[in-house]
Amino acid sequence: MDRFERQMIGMALTLLLVFFILIVYAAKGLGADLPTCLPEAQPFEKGELIQLGEKRYQLNLLTRMWNFEPAEIRIPAGSTVDIYVTSRDVVHGVHVERTLVNLMGIPGVVSYRRVRFDRPGEYMMVCHEYCGVAHHAMAGKIIVE
Amino acid sequence: MPVPRAIRFILLSEIVFPFVLLILGVLLGLFQVLARAGILRTDRLLGIEYYQGLTLHGVINAIVFTTLFIVAFSNAVVMFQLRRPLRLPVQWASWVLMIGGTLLAAYAMLTGKATVLYTFYPPLTAHWTFYVGLVLVVVGSLLPFFLDWLPSFLAWRRENPGERIPLAVMGTFVTFFLWFVMVIPVAIEILFILLPVSLGWVETHNPLLARTLFWFFGHPLVYFWLLPSYIMLYTMLPRLVGGKLYSDPAARLAFLLFLVFSVPVGLHHQYTEGGLTAGWKLWHALLTFMVALPSFITAFTVAASMEYGARQRGGQGLFGWWAKLPYFSKEGDQWLFAYFAAGLILFLFGGITGIVNASYNLNLVVHNTSFIAGHFHTTVGGLVTLSFLGMSLYMIAKLRGTEVQLKGLALWAPYLWMIGFVLFEIAMSIAGFQGVPRRTNMGLSYTDPQSPFYRPDWLVNMHITALGGVIAVLGFVLYVISFFATLLARPVREPMVEFPMSEALHDARVPLLHNFRPWVTAMVVLIVFSYWAPLYDSTVRGIKAGSPAYNERFPVPIRQLQTEAPR
Repeated sequence: MDRFERQMIGMALTLLLVFFILIVYAAKGLGADLPTCLPEAQPFEKGELIQLGEKRYQLNLLTRMWNFEPAEIRIPAGSTVDIYVTSRDVVHGVHVERTLVNLMGIPGVVSYRRVRFDRPGEYMMVCHEYCGVAHHAMAGKIIVE
Repeated sequence: MPVPRAIRFILLSEIVFPFVLLILGVLLGLFQVLARAGILRTDRLLGIEYYQGLTLHGVINAIVFTTLFIVAFSNAVVMFQLRRPLRLPVQWASWVLMIGGTLLAAYAMLTGKATVLYTFYPPLTAHWTFYVGLVLVVVGSLLPFFLDWLPSFLAWRRENPGERIPLAVMGTFVTFFLWFVMVIPVAIEILFILLPVSLGWVETHNPLLARTLFWFFGHPLVYFWLLPSYIMLYTMLPRLVGGKLYSDPAARLAFLLFLVFSVPVGLHHQYTEGGLTAGWKLWHALLTFMVALPSFITAFTVAASMEYGARQRGGQGLFGWWAKLPYFSKEGDQWLFAYFAAGLILFLFGGITGIVNASYNLNLVVHNTSFIAGHFHTTVGGLVTLSFLGMSLYMIAKLRGTEVQLKGLALWAPYLWMIGFVLFEIAMSIAGFQGVPRRTNMGLSYTDPQSPFYRPDWLVNMHITALGGVIAVLGFVLYVISFFATLLARPVREPMVEFPMSEALHDARVPLLHNFRPWVTAMVVLIVFSYWAPLYDSTVRGIKAGSPAYNERFPVPIRQLQTEAPR
């Protein structure tokens, strides 16, 4: 290894380390963490929006060929929503635009993320994993009023 | 080095057969980009349904074309470098398994019995011929390594005691050892989870475990594609630009780092699923950053080798030497440089977007959006495809004894491909930030003004991807013309296998880089440590129920369809 190579390897490792530290800070310090394993959560058979309190909701989002249940929900601005996703049949996915809600819907598995909707507007949620012939028509809406 | 007729046939057909399929795969890609932009609003083209075509596009381009070419190329490299003939029975067995397996899987896909995309996630279940076909391709691809190249290498070492294993052979062995290790989890997935359900022997299976095993294989798979390109960049590119490989030990170190870090990184494809503990996802993120290191080393060594070559050609200044590289040279074999140059430029985009994908929480923004598809069309669809196409043309000319025909077309092809995919990649990335999904026939929903889901704000980027796709396919058409003209031209030389092998500028012998044992040990330890917990999550903690098999057309399990359908 000559001097240039050693410098290059040092620079590459430093760059990667800086990226990694920023990632850990965003996850643990800013709360942008990934869904994790919830051994106690049970997959549900029915999708529904449950109000837990003022501006507090739980959304049990059931994915199935080829729609979301519920397909459309309305909540007031400033609401915090605990989103649980599972699937009734094959693998699906859900991405709520302009948020960090990006979860897989896998049968037998529960994926979870908490999100707060501050800005009123329509947030489309699309199925982003191929789930059969009508996959492209599988979408829903979260309306924040 | 002259080649016997039978071996010539095997090598040529391992290049030409998947290439003919690739033409279909590329045309289906064009269909997809036009359908996604809403320019074609249809669920099928020429009798091939959109998702059926998407399955063919993935399986042909990313599995069949790559695997068969890699076997042909590696066969030729090992034969040329060790100066030993290939073993005909092994080669025929490998040929029959790979071609037969491809035909079996092609039958399943073309008859619509395997519309499951190339990741074949259950509970969507394909006809058994699809899975068996893929297994045969993989088994066939491993035979030459174990039964031909390794015995030849051992014999070579006995005859050449103390001599270093040639760099290209070392890289090939790393590639195929890695390939052998990574196919173990996917073989378990196919043989013990997917096939029994597909054949109706068992009722239910575990889709989370299947995904974990798939990505245990699926990420190292990209290094199986990439390493042959790196072998070309290290051992042939320097010679093409009139220079030398900057550092032989750095090249060997890069291959060994790939060996250690390629496999235990699969969880970065599963960041967004529940059922797996987030801490282990972070660990896999760290290891994914480590596997970026050998690519940084490669970027440096390849750039340094090109700079050395360019300065030999009279290149001056800090950046002025860039202008001295043979971008459009038709002299001798230098046309091949265009494929590497265009591929490397695309790979810049691929490397940067890859680090974004790997970045744990940043992945929440891009996961399963068009950003991902943009990324891998500049890696496997960029450097890998371009270097494989360039090398295919080079090899058929040598193996047939012809001159490369229509060199002008062959020279423009990679640059058009590059321009097309730079446009495609940028538009797909921006669209991904907007939330455009991948793997979706958007012409029937998001880009259709008649649809309740119509998104006019997504249209501009989708139209740019369509333009990029058209330009890339134009480049491909130029290539196809030159390919067949070269294949069918009148031979003017003795047919042979030959590669433009480079010397090394820095050529120190580092003993640690010639002893595989510590590196393989580190690899195994890291794999076991990184996967025991995710496998435990996938089988015990994270999964609550088994799933029956489904067909993509019906929202009820296949078993129920069969009992309810009138006979």
